[in-house]
Amino acid sequence: MWPLAKYVLENYLPRASNTTAQAMVYLLFALVGAAILLGFASAFAGVSSFVERRVAARMMSRVGPNRVGPQGLFQFMADGLKLVLKEDLVPAGANRLLFRLAPYFVFAGMFGTFVALPFSARLVAANLDVGILYILSITALVVVGIILGGWSSNSKWSLFGGLRSAAQIISYEIPAGLAVLVVVLHAGGLSTQAIIEAQGGMPWNWFVFYSPFSLIVFPVYFTAALAEGNRTPFDLPEAESELVAGYSTEYSGFRFVVFFFAEWANLWIMSAIAVLCFFGGWRIPFVTVAETYSAWYWILLGLAIFSLKTLTLVFLVIQLRWTLPRLRVDQMMNMCWKYLIPIAFVCILGTMTWIVFVGQDTTLGRATRIVLFAAGAGIVVRQLVRTSFNYRADRANYRKMTGQPLWYPPFRLP
Amino acid sequence: MIKYFKNISNSVLSILEGMAVTLSWIFRRPYTVQWPDKIEKHIEDTLPERYRGLLEVETRLCIGCMACMRECPIGVIAVTVERNAETKERLITQFDIDASKCMACGLCVEACPTGGLRHTTQFAAADGDIRNLVLRYVEKGSPVAPHSPKAPAPVVRPRGSIVSAKIKNGFSVRPAAKVSEKP
Repeated sequence: MWPLAKYVLENYLPRASNTTAQAMVYLLFALVGAAILLGFASAFAGVSSFVERRVAARMMSRVGPNRVGPQGLFQFMADGLKLVLKEDLVPAGANRLLFRLAPYFVFAGMFGTFVALPFSARLVAANLDVGILYILSITALVVVGIILGGWSSNSKWSLFGGLRSAAQIISYEIPAGLAVLVVVLHAGGLSTQAIIEAQGGMPWNWFVFYSPFSLIVFPVYFTAALAEGNRTPFDLPEAESELVAGYSTEYSGFRFVVFFFAEWANLWIMSAIAVLCFFGGWRIPFVTVAETYSAWYWILLGLAIFSLKTLTLVFLVIQLRWTLPRLRVDQMMNMCWKYLIPIAFVCILGTMTWIVFVGQDTTLGRATRIVLFAAGAGIVVRQLVRTSFNYRADRANYRKMTGQPLWYPPFRLP
Repeated sequence: MIKYFKNISNSVLSILEGMAVTLSWIFRRPYTVQWPDKIEKHIEDTLPERYRGLLEVETRLCIGCMACMRECPIGVIAVTVERNAETKERLITQFDIDASKCMACGLCVEACPTGGLRHTTQFAAADGDIRNLVLRYVEKGSPVAPHSPKAPAPVVRPRGSIVSAKIKNGFSVRPAAKVSEKP
């Protein structure tokens, strides 16, 4: 956004030379950028909540929401409308100011990451030099909001949820940060765009396949990001079966929407960070970085590639939620401190050694990348084979018992 | 130390295996029956023979023995049999079954000696006013003569037709009938 504002100032508004006018133009651009990103975040949050409910339903052999609009597509609007129309309650004995303030901390922590989150070449609100560090630190605001909400509600459930969430998010920020550090070592830069530009378009040039250590560190990052986003299997803070709804127990109406809006939008954020750090971001195969920056169609293609990768990861997160049971608090802490953090440390040391002794563009480095890519592809193929095996195992029986084919396309609804 | 790495590999493998299972379910046909509207046949026609739905009385078979009323543990059934003072004829003047109370235990059906009382596959008993759920098989003012075992077997109406005629198209969730403030 800043380069665009500068470009407009220099070429179309040459007379706006005094600082006040320039500041106004910059402010205008900032507001427009924020509005676009807010629109994107809310649209994504809404649609992803619908998609998650449908995916969850199909995984449980249900149908999912299918009444509002075509295929139930407007269900999220109906839900949002219902929640906005609800009475806005503040419980007796609650700290009114903090109670009202808490959702906006959560929202700000979530929405602040969009500032440095790239969508394609040039398509980034602000290409900060410390982009990835900024993203990691601004998400800490979320925990402030959650503790405020939990404490100020004057409710046991909320307090437990808030404290669990604090313990969880603060613990898991360590492996997440260490995992990102591996990527930063490879990229040699902290800016989000610089990290993407350091990777290549072809899959074996992605950072996830750069060294054995980065292949190991990707699951570490992914697990930590899941935990930071309070997603199942780490949704202890709002564990429905034990804590009602955790820190959001006492919230209703619009403030409740804000909490959940942040949670759904966080799906995109964690997946986008994983994509930009490990999966090559918007890089297009056989197109150099300079070329991508030069033409609008490459930028749009980059946007499509980035979105596709991110949505794949979003689907993976949704699927994980409906596959795994919730962890216990002690298991969650064990996993972080005994498994993820040591592994992440080993990976950092290993990556440093790897960069010094093997390097990235040596023959050994290239060969490792190809081998690791083959291993990664092997895991994906194995998953597909296992999926197809599980599907085939029941197909004949189903047809025999019901007289109907088992196949039902995932996108269609009865 | 070996256990440590074994834990890691076990968890990774079981997560992958679980994801393969859940992914395969995405392509399977959902089991959900979308009652009441998005189904091919009326669900009442597909339910099994011995389904215990709403009770109905074939009044042409009823002998007015009141065994069902005595058998019912919660007093769902109310039968009144009156004897005409002049003709000495027994007449069933009331046969009410309160569908809102019935727990479908089936004791009354077992007690019925003629098979006039029976369960149907109708089940959609919901209404804005609970008093609408009392199924009156004998209209007020038009008493029914009980079936005599010596008489030839009457034409029995098909199971479910009586109660479905009574509730038209199933109980509609309509606003409660206006209740006068003062009795």
